[in-house]
Amino acid sequence: MSSPTPVASNQSVTSQTVASQCPECEGAVRFDRPPLAGQVARCTDCGVELEVTATSPLTLALAPEVEEDWGE
Amino acid sequence: MSATSGRVRVSIVGASGYTGGELLRLLLDHPGAEVLCATSRSLAGQPLHRVHPNLRGRSEMLFTVPEEVPASDAVFLCMPHGEASREIERWLDRARTVIDLSADFRLRDAAVYRAWYEEEHPAPGRLASAVYGLPELHRREMRVGAEPARLISGVGCNATAMNLALLPLARAGLIERAICDIKVGSSEAGAEPSAGSHHPERSGAVRSYAPVGHRHAAEVAQELSGGESGGFPLDVSITSIEMVRGVLCTAHVIPTGRVEMKDLWRAYRGAYSGEPFVRLVAEKSGLHRLPDPKILAGTNYADVGFDIDPRSGRIVALCAIDNLMKGAAGSAVQYMNVAFGLDERAGLGFAGLHPC
Repeated sequence: MSSPTPVASNQSVTSQTVASQCPECEGAVRFDRPPLAGQVARCTDCGVELEVTATSPLTLALAPEVEEDWGE
Repeated sequence: MSATSGRVRVSIVGASGYTGGELLRLLLDHPGAEVLCATSRSLAGQPLHRVHPNLRGRSEMLFTVPEEVPASDAVFLCMPHGEASREIERWLDRARTVIDLSADFRLRDAAVYRAWYEEEHPAPGRLASAVYGLPELHRREMRVGAEPARLISGVGCNATAMNLALLPLARAGLIERAICDIKVGSSEAGAEPSAGSHHPERSGAVRSYAPVGHRHAAEVAQELSGGESGGFPLDVSITSIEMVRGVLCTAHVIPTGRVEMKDLWRAYRGAYSGEPFVRLVAEKSGLHRLPDPKILAGTNYADVGFDIDPRSGRIVALCAIDNLMKGAAGSAVQYMNVAFGLDERAGLGFAGLHPC
């Protein structure tokens, strides 16, 4: 398992949500409240699991996933 | 439109087939449309549910003959190949807009039509002005000012899947060469039985029925590649599989240069953000991570997905549709909505069944 690579994020904050950008597909990833370091989220566009690696600025990295075996 | 109800008055010619049945299902419940009549010479005088059993109890309407079609806002033609073009002036006289679901008016060039359909076009003067009915490409031409386009051509079901899989890549100039492998269900063959649709022959078949030379390649080349003489080479192979409704296009694309997933996301978002019936399905994990026509039966959605082979750089672009819906009747209702200034989603809200 490789360790997640931090990726610079474009963070934006509104009164309702905190948003950043998925490092895989550049889709918007939104949090209902300010996330904690280590928190895991899922990109609603490409479905990857993301880990919050820093909160200021908000930084997301790909979280390691268990591989599926399809068609083996 | 009706002065009293404000609805678009529609007639359906050739309504006994599968696309006619789907149009009736959609339009009988459409909030902005009023079905005036449905024609079938062989079933004139009989109720709709005689051949569309799902419509039992939904309408008192009886099939009528084409000669009895009244003046309408929109006439939908669901006729066998070649009949719409031979009668097109008659139907244009009868309606503000004619929506033809056949292949008669998809190609703009009569010479290209002759090459692919091996006959002279009966109404070549109408080809150039017919709008190719893919809203994702030609929405603005479907309604000019406050007037609906006079003639809108349906898009082939396989062509719809190819067009929507490849359009973002074509716009971005990413296609060096494309090969579309298409899997289709049995309803593509229509309601008329044949030796090929006989149950012992069709059930369980994985039949490569058009490995080369399928006619829908011509319209996709016209729309995405600038015609047969320009743009990128496009090859198409079609296989019938064990499915009643549905098309899955798997397009293998050799790109013009090195491409990353982020490039594809940008291209597909750029093409389809705001499109009401195109959904991006390209997730990294999960059972439903890529398009599958199974969950689209009865819906007007086109699910589009993509991936890249990291070793070769090959792009795989996918599109799944219901051939009778986004590939025919659903799209036709979508054109009508656009052409008459209605909510583009009207009558097309069904989200499908799961499981089904």
